[in-house]
Amino acid sequence: MKNNILFLLAFAGAMCVSTARGQDDLLSMIEKGEKPTVDYTTATFKSTHIVIGQSIETAPAGNLNFLITHHFGALNTGYENLYGLKQASIRLGVEYGVTRWLGIGVGINTDQNTWDGSAKVKLLRQCKGAKNMPLTLDIYGNTAIYTTKWTDPSRKNYFSSRVTYALQLMAARKFGNSLSLQITPSYVHKNMVHDSKDKNDIFTLGAGGRIKISQRVSVNAEYNYLFKGQVVSTKAYNSFSLGVDIETGGHVFQIFLTNSYGEYEQPILTDTRGKWSNGDIFLGFNINRMFTIVKPRVPKD
Amino acid sequence: MSKSCIIFLLVFMTAFSAGAQKYITKTGHIKFYSDGQLEKIEAHNRQVNSVLDFSTGGFVFKVLMKSFEFEKALMQEHFNENYVESDKYPAATFVGKVTNIKDVNLLKDGMYDANVEGKMTMHGVTKDLTEKGTFEVKQGKIIGKAKFNIVVADYKITIPGNVGNNISKTIEITVDITLDKANM
Repeated sequence: MKNNILFLLAFAGAMCVSTARGQDDLLSMIEKGEKPTVDYTTATFKSTHIVIGQSIETAPAGNLNFLITHHFGALNTGYENLYGLKQASIRLGVEYGVTRWLGIGVGINTDQNTWDGSAKVKLLRQCKGAKNMPLTLDIYGNTAIYTTKWTDPSRKNYFSSRVTYALQLMAARKFGNSLSLQITPSYVHKNMVHDSKDKNDIFTLGAGGRIKISQRVSVNAEYNYLFKGQVVSTKAYNSFSLGVDIETGGHVFQIFLTNSYGEYEQPILTDTRGKWSNGDIFLGFNINRMFTIVKPRVPKD
Repeated sequence: MSKSCIIFLLVFMTAFSAGAQKYITKTGHIKFYSDGQLEKIEAHNRQVNSVLDFSTGGFVFKVLMKSFEFEKALMQEHFNENYVESDKYPAATFVGKVTNIKDVNLLKDGMYDANVEGKMTMHGVTKDLTEKGTFEVKQGKIIGKAKFNIVVADYKITIPGNVGNNISKTIEITVDITLDKANM
């Protein structure tokens, strides 16, 4: 009898232990068997541009981003000019993600009918987990050619005189979910400059970032410092742009104020004519629309 | 006294060895499908972890949110970044049991109904979940299947007004797993 009671108690006890252990144990059994995965950071920025300059983002592989960039005229041009609304500079561009680490692009800008072609390569990707990398590092290069009529009769119209190049190194880090920062040293080469005192090789240092204020809206800013003594014949200021990103599913809208009228790297970095304190600033926007060209191979059931 | 000790030990050992009758998968498939007015959204996760303890009916799932693959890269980014917030809540889990596990005969191939109840945790929210599915016993494997709907708002996943019509408020989840006997 005593044995029977003990038996029952032990049985009940064992059952309790095994069922209580049961389900949580099963979960820890899964977790024990898990291999650590590499957790790549996504969406450091919402667009390939922080505001008007490049970000470390490229179009996802097999995706085509159609980018419309629009600048109105300067705000300080008064009512007669409707504070700049009567003027516009537009760049239409497409950017394609060839692979996860390579993006290529081409664009046409109404400013001197400039065509530009570019490539952006991701050298490092920020990640944690099985692999650790504190930042994303990209290299970006473009070539721009302006194609309006040759206006300087004193100089010969060489094709090469119309060509400029930009090379940028971009290092960015996403801190948590809502803050991303980027540092961008840049190099611009112009085959021909306005004046012999101007440098053909120009170096700048830029920084930019964004703060998310909601799941779909962020405030972005960008500054670029042009080292002194490189652009002399014209007054070139440091570029500063302040914008808001609004994301609506397939589109990202970027509305901004900037003192740069240019819409690709060379004029933004080396030929920013406006001065913020004079109100010599431009209202502008980017519209990003992503199209899926090549669908990833997801096996169907 | 020594006799009762032996019985005690035997019972304990039985309980634990019975607990070792586990079936496991790391490559289960979960599909989610939402049929909005403008866009059909479909995603597949083929790295679903699940364990079934046949002796107790204990049944768990663990799903990494970042392993869901979408047709459009942008959808995948939005899913992780804006909806389920994968950085904050990397995984969804289900911890529960098959209440009628005794009806499933492992020795006889065939289809069996499975009543599953437990708690599902996703996006940091835990909800009770009771669903019916099927187990098919086939050559020593258990193939589990279920299809059910969840309301995204239950898990505090918000759909903003301007895309509200594109995205359905309920999501159809299809589970398809093949559990193999665990070696231990």
